[in-house]
Amino acid sequence: MTAVLPDQLGHFGRFGGRFMPEALIAPLDELTKAWQEAMADKEFTGEFERMLREYAGTPSLLYDATRLSDVAGARILLKREDLNHTGAHKVRNVLGQALLTKRMGKTRVIAETGAGQHGVATATACAYLDLECVVYMGEVDTERQALNVARMKLLGAEVIPVKTGSRTLKDAINEALRDWVASVDNTHYLLGTAAGGHPFPAMVRDFVRGIGDEAREQSLELLGRLPDAAVACVGGGSNAIGLFAAFVPDTEVKLFGIEAGGDGYETGRHAATITAGQVGVLHGARSYLLQDEDGQTIESHSISAGLDYPGVGPEHAWLAETGRASYRPVTDAAAMEAFRLLARTEGIIPAIESAHAIAGTLEIAAELGPEATILVCLSGRGDKDMDTAGEWFGLIDGETQA
Amino acid sequence: MSDLMALGNAGTAIRRANEAGRAALVGYLPAGYPTIDGGVDAIKALADGGADVIEVGLPYSDPVMDGVTIQRAAEIALAGGLRIRDVIATVEKVAAYAGIPVLVMTYWNPIERYGVDRFAADFASAGGAGLITPDLIPEEAAEWAAAADKNELDKVFLVSPSSTDERIALTTRSCRGFVYATAVMGVTGAREQPSDLAAPLVARTKAATSLPVGVGLGVSNAEQAAGVAAYADAVIVGSAFVKQLEAGNGPAGVRELAASLAQGVRREP
Repeated sequence: MTAVLPDQLGHFGRFGGRFMPEALIAPLDELTKAWQEAMADKEFTGEFERMLREYAGTPSLLYDATRLSDVAGARILLKREDLNHTGAHKVRNVLGQALLTKRMGKTRVIAETGAGQHGVATATACAYLDLECVVYMGEVDTERQALNVARMKLLGAEVIPVKTGSRTLKDAINEALRDWVASVDNTHYLLGTAAGGHPFPAMVRDFVRGIGDEAREQSLELLGRLPDAAVACVGGGSNAIGLFAAFVPDTEVKLFGIEAGGDGYETGRHAATITAGQVGVLHGARSYLLQDEDGQTIESHSISAGLDYPGVGPEHAWLAETGRASYRPVTDAAAMEAFRLLARTEGIIPAIESAHAIAGTLEIAAELGPEATILVCLSGRGDKDMDTAGEWFGLIDGETQA
Repeated sequence: MSDLMALGNAGTAIRRANEAGRAALVGYLPAGYPTIDGGVDAIKALADGGADVIEVGLPYSDPVMDGVTIQRAAEIALAGGLRIRDVIATVEKVAAYAGIPVLVMTYWNPIERYGVDRFAADFASAGGAGLITPDLIPEEAAEWAAAADKNELDKVFLVSPSSTDERIALTTRSCRGFVYATAVMGVTGAREQPSDLAAPLVARTKAATSLPVGVGLGVSNAEQAAGVAAYADAVIVGSAFVKQLEAGNGPAGVRELAASLAQGVRREP
C-alpha cells in the first residue's frame, strides 16, 4: 500500500487507465500536466483553499451525533458536507476543476448531470469564475428534475436534454464526451465523479480529499485517536474516495463503501456495481460495471439519483480487490428508514445518497459494537429529495406512516 | 514486424488498389441493422458496389465516438436482439460472399466481456480480418495485440488531428493492416465541408509509417471521396451508408452509393 497510485498511465492495479478516443488522449495528457503543475503551485493551491474556505464554507463540521449514536449502539461522527455551499461535497470538485479550467486558459465548461446536483454545482462554479457552462442531462431526468434545470438556467448555464440511449446519466456522459471531442481546444469537461479516463479519478479525488483530511484532523482533536471505521456512500464514488484518501494508510481504520441496493441486488434492480457487477470498461476506465453477457451496459436502479449509475470509480475497484475497503449494498427501503431516522434523531434531513451511508452505518455499528467510533460522510443535504421522500412516506397527500 | 506482415489482410487489399493507381474504398455498416438478416444483405451490397474492404460495426450501448446516425442504428440493432455471436455470423456470411477483408469496428468492452482470446479465435475462424478499436489505445492493448498476432488478425488503431508526432509513432508501430486517421475533431457523421485537418494528419502519419493510411469521419459522396483519395490510401465511409438504410433505400441504395463512391476514389478531385 506504499506505492503512489495511480501509475503514470492512471492505473490502480488492473483498474483505471484510459479507454478513450485517440482524439482525447493528447488533451488528457495536457490536462494531467496542467493539474500536476497546478497542485505544485502554491498560488493555485492557495486560491483553491481560499475559495473553499471563503466561498464553500469548509472545513465542514465534524458533528458528534449523540442521539443517532444511542439508536445505532456505537458512537457516530458525521462529517457535515451537507453544510457546504450548494449543499454537498461536490462543490470541492467543481471549484478545483473550474479554477484549473481558468488556469489552462479555457473559457467553456461542459458537464453531465443525473438529477442535476453536479450540474447545479458546476453552473455555480462557472458563475463564480465567469466561465461559459453547458450541462448535458438525460431528457428523462430534465423532466423528473425540473427545479434543478431552473436552478442551472438561473445560474447562467445552458441545459441540453439528451435524447439518446436510456436518456439518463450515462447517456449524458456519452453526449458530453461527444461534445468534448469536438470542442477540446477551448473546453474543459468537468466530470462530476472520481471515474473516467486518467487523470479524472485521481484529480477528482485530490480535489475532494479535503473531506477526509479535515475529518482525520478533527477526529484526532475530538477523540485523541482515529475512528475505528469510515463510511461513505458510493455511486461513482467521489465523496467516498474523498473521505477514504486520508485514511488509506491508516490500516487500523476500516473503510466501508455503501452501494445503492435498489430493490435488493438479487432482484437485478440496483446500482450495486462492486457488489454485483463485473470487471469491464465504461466511460474511459476499467472498473466494475453493470453489464450483460455481451458487455452492453445495463441500466441501474436506485431511489437515489446520485447513486444511480452503472459504473464506479476505478480506485474503489482497486480498494475492493485489495481488501483495503469493503463494499456492501443497502436497499432503497433501508436508506429511506435511515433518512427518516436521521431527521427524527438529529434534526438533519440528509440527501438520500447520504442516507445510504447512514443505513450502512447502522449495520456496521451492530457488527463493531458499542465501543466503536464510526466516522460517516454526510455528503449532502436532502432538500432536493423532498418530493421523493414525500411520496415514499406518504407525506404529500397528508397521510403519514409514522 | 516486417512491412509485409504488418500489411496484414486489409493493408494488402488497400495496397492492391493503390497499385492500380487509386485509393481503396472502405465501407462501414453496423451488424443487425435494420435487422440481423437485413444487415447481412446490406453489408453484402457494400461489396457489390465496389468496396475493397468492409467494416462491420458491433453495436454498443454507449458509443461515445458516434454521431446520431450510427447511434440510432446501434440502438435499433440492439433492440432487435443482436448478440455478439450474430455479429460473428454476419462477418462469416459476408466474408464468404465477398472474398474481401471484413473487419469489425468495436468499442472495447464487448470484446473484453466476450473474452479477448476467445473472441480472436472465434472471429478468425469465421473469416474475420481484424478489429478497428476506437476507444482502445496501444498502451491498453497488450492482451488484444497478443491475441491478434496469434490469430493473424489486423489491429487498426486510430490517429487524430490532436495526436502528437510521438503518439502517431507509437500508434502506427502498433497497427497491422492500416492506420485509421480521423479527419475531424468530432464524432462520426456526414459533413458538408471537407476537413482541412485530414491532409496534414495523413502527411504526419505517412512520415511515421509505411502502412496505408485510411481517412474516415465525414465523407458521404463521390466528390468528397475523390478529394480525400488525392492524399489518402483509403477512403472510409460509414454514416452515409446507414442513411441509405434509414431512408428505406435498402441494399440497392447501399450498392448504388458504394458504386458512386468507388467511382469517386478512381477520379481526380
